[in-house]
Amino acid sequence: MSLTFDIAGAIAVAATVVSLTRVNAVHALLYLIVSLLAIAVVFFTLGAPFVAALEAIVYAGAIMVLFVFVVMLLNLGREAVREERNLLEPSMWVGPSVLAAILIAELLYLELTGAAGGGPSQMISPRRVGIALYGPYLLGVEMASMLLLGGLVAAYHLGWRKPARAGVR
Amino acid sequence: MQLLWLVPALPFAGAVTLLLFGSSMRHKTVAMIGVGVVAASAALSLAIAAIFLAAPPPGGAYEQYLWLWIDVGRFRPAFALYLDALSLAMTVVVTFVATLIHLYSVEFMAGEEGYSRFFGYMNLFVASMVTLLLANNLLLLFDGWEGVGLCSYLLIGFWYKDPANGTAAQKAFIVTRVGDTAFTVGLFVLFEHLGTLHIQDLMRFAQEQWTVGSGVAVAAAALLLGGAVGKSAQLPLQTWLPDAMAGPTPTSALIHAATMVTAGVYLIARMHVLFTLAPQVQFAVAVIGTVTLLMAGFSALTQTDIKRVLAYSTISQIGYMFLALGVGAWGAAIFHFMTHAFFKALLFLAAGIVIEALHHEHNIFRMGGLYRELPIAFWAFLAGGCALAGLPFITAGFFSKDLIVWSAGASTLGGRAFWVASLFGVLLTSLYIFRLIFLVFFGDVRTPVSRRPGWAMAVPVVVLAVLSIIGGYDEKWFLGFLGHALPPLSQLPAGAIAETVTSAFAAGALLLGIFAAWYVYMRKPALAEAFAANPVGGALHRLWFSDWGMDWLYDRVFVRPVEWLTYAVRNDIIDTVFDWITALAAFTSRALSVTENGKLRWYAAGIAAGTVIFVAIALFI
Amino acid sequence: MAPARDGLVLAALLFSFGLAGLLVRRNVLFILMSIEVMLNAAGLAFIAAGEHWGQPDGQVAFLFILAMAAAEVSVGLALVLHLYHRYKSVDVDAASRMKG
Repeated sequence: MSLTFDIAGAIAVAATVVSLTRVNAVHALLYLIVSLLAIAVVFFTLGAPFVAALEAIVYAGAIMVLFVFVVMLLNLGREAVREERNLLEPSMWVGPSVLAAILIAELLYLELTGAAGGGPSQMISPRRVGIALYGPYLLGVEMASMLLLGGLVAAYHLGWRKPARAGVR
Repeated sequence: MQLLWLVPALPFAGAVTLLLFGSSMRHKTVAMIGVGVVAASAALSLAIAAIFLAAPPPGGAYEQYLWLWIDVGRFRPAFALYLDALSLAMTVVVTFVATLIHLYSVEFMAGEEGYSRFFGYMNLFVASMVTLLLANNLLLLFDGWEGVGLCSYLLIGFWYKDPANGTAAQKAFIVTRVGDTAFTVGLFVLFEHLGTLHIQDLMRFAQEQWTVGSGVAVAAAALLLGGAVGKSAQLPLQTWLPDAMAGPTPTSALIHAATMVTAGVYLIARMHVLFTLAPQVQFAVAVIGTVTLLMAGFSALTQTDIKRVLAYSTISQIGYMFLALGVGAWGAAIFHFMTHAFFKALLFLAAGIVIEALHHEHNIFRMGGLYRELPIAFWAFLAGGCALAGLPFITAGFFSKDLIVWSAGASTLGGRAFWVASLFGVLLTSLYIFRLIFLVFFGDVRTPVSRRPGWAMAVPVVVLAVLSIIGGYDEKWFLGFLGHALPPLSQLPAGAIAETVTSAFAAGALLLGIFAAWYVYMRKPALAEAFAANPVGGALHRLWFSDWGMDWLYDRVFVRPVEWLTYAVRNDIIDTVFDWITALAAFTSRALSVTENGKLRWYAAGIAAGTVIFVAIALFI
Repeated sequence: MAPARDGLVLAALLFSFGLAGLLVRRNVLFILMSIEVMLNAAGLAFIAAGEHWGQPDGQVAFLFILAMAAAEVSVGLALVLHLYHRYKSVDVDAASRMKG
């Protein structure tokens, strides 16, 4: 199991890095989908099959597809690719890389010097998750649905434009 | 005697009336009020003197308590008057001479604008001077002291439209201020150590508590001496008096010859106990007096303005009074004050007649031959000049000045050096005054006479001339009278130079001076010019003309550094600190506004950096 | 089972890379993608913690994160469309005039 975790983790990291350094938006999205699927495998190895499935279905399947749709809508052509190349200079990576490096160092320090692990790992079945959702976290579920409703309304409203003139509403 | 308080109050009331309402009164009314109150004050003081002599009050002093002025803890000075032989003598002289000068001013200042203002100030001056003399505590005395200083300033700058007069007035005020500051600090020292400013109590406590020559006595005496030196125009604060001649001649006569400048002498005489307790300071008084009388004598020899000659002469004669005080001849000093008041006022008034007659001409080298044209002025000048020089037997000055010269030699505190120096001073005095007389009244007429004096100017002059001649015959009686208030001279037991010998030497010096003046200025005027042309002589002449360079010295030492300092900090250095604060704020604002550029990634970077830092803090601190 | 600690390490790495990408890219789509990466990493941390304690709470938290991410992406992409129509570019620095 640990080996699966390592491989999947490596794929996820590599895919993310590659994804964020592409100039073509569609290429980046595809790499990101690969990364998300690898994360799903990681979830499975961590004993969470339910969220693994959810990750693949919702995250990679719905959210990324939404991204793809918008990229198609924007119709960024070859000029966009060229512009992107101009915008991306190596010198721009220095600052954020330093910041990210410091953050990694801190987090690793935190995690690796923390207390030793608890009991042996086990799989947490979807059943237990369901009971937790409709038990203690019922209110959270309701609120999440309100959030999704709000998102729906907002997206509809923002997406609608008057046919006569384009522009900011 | 109960009416003693009227003596200062009457002139004060006159001053208030004239200053408030005088501009709407006719000149005749102004003159009547102005002269009237002072005359009434003089008459009253004469009457009180008569009563005092006939029936002296117990203890030789009369104290009149008017009201409590300040009541703070143990500090309770009162408005109270103290009349003893010393203050009585000086009050009588001051009010009497003041009356004569006020009468003279009626004609002298006629036609001037500010007529009522002049009399108002003069009355205020008389009121302050009498307050000073009659005060029973040092704070009230200081009140009068400041009052006369104020009036001096106001009167020197009387013709205020000419800025030079204002400058002269400022100089007088500032230089005496230096002395006043020393006086004030002296008052602090006295009050701190003895707990009172009441003069008689002060002297009693000082005698009981302080030993002779103790530090605190020396300090207090030296500080009071500082005040006296400023007011009486002695070294080193004498530079204001010659310039004070910018004021009207009656002012010069009253304030700067007869009365205000003797306030210092009065102070030292009044506080004689304190000075006896500090022999070093008393010795300093004598030294200051001697040096000043010689310096001023030399300076008077070279002056060309008739009033400046008389101003230096005043400085010199007050030097004699200081010398007398310094050797312990208290009575002699006051006696000389009285005769000096008479003949110096006379000389100034006569000079005023000459100036008016020659249409405001001050330069003696442009005068001449006036003994025919202005006989009153001539005889007055002659009487005054002889009195000043001390012509034997027929002038008052002879008695008082010879007394001082003899005391300088005969006192236990004196010595041969003082005796010789004061005799040399006699020579200088007769030299410069007869130089003046010969130049002004003899020779050819260089400026014609345009105005003769009327009776208002002639009468005071005549009265003073008479007093200058006969005023000295009461020497024995006067000194005896003062002995009730002042201790006698302590004489050397043996080896002292006799009085007759002194008088002989003095007379010899006097005649030598007259002869020298006549020879140089009448016979061979070229001699004087040759002296001035000679390099050494010329340098000496310039040195003496500029009052031994003291003005130049003070300018270099005090005025220039202060001016440089004000120039150096003209940019208000405290303000630059606040300017830096605003500059810093502006800089910070500009620096920080760079981060407000609306770029999303910058803001995200800020959030990320902040998070990183806080995590680091949480981890490691 | 893989140790929970490794999961946290992986989450830290992913989060940092996402952050770096967020700060560097000027294309607003890439910025949104980086945000997704970061959210994912946070969720991974939750799952790892849940596995460590043996509780379903970690997965519940991931569910909420998922719901939030979905809502956020839909609204964000709608705004991207508006941005594109207004400024005719997807450069996020184009919308930095800061005037009312």
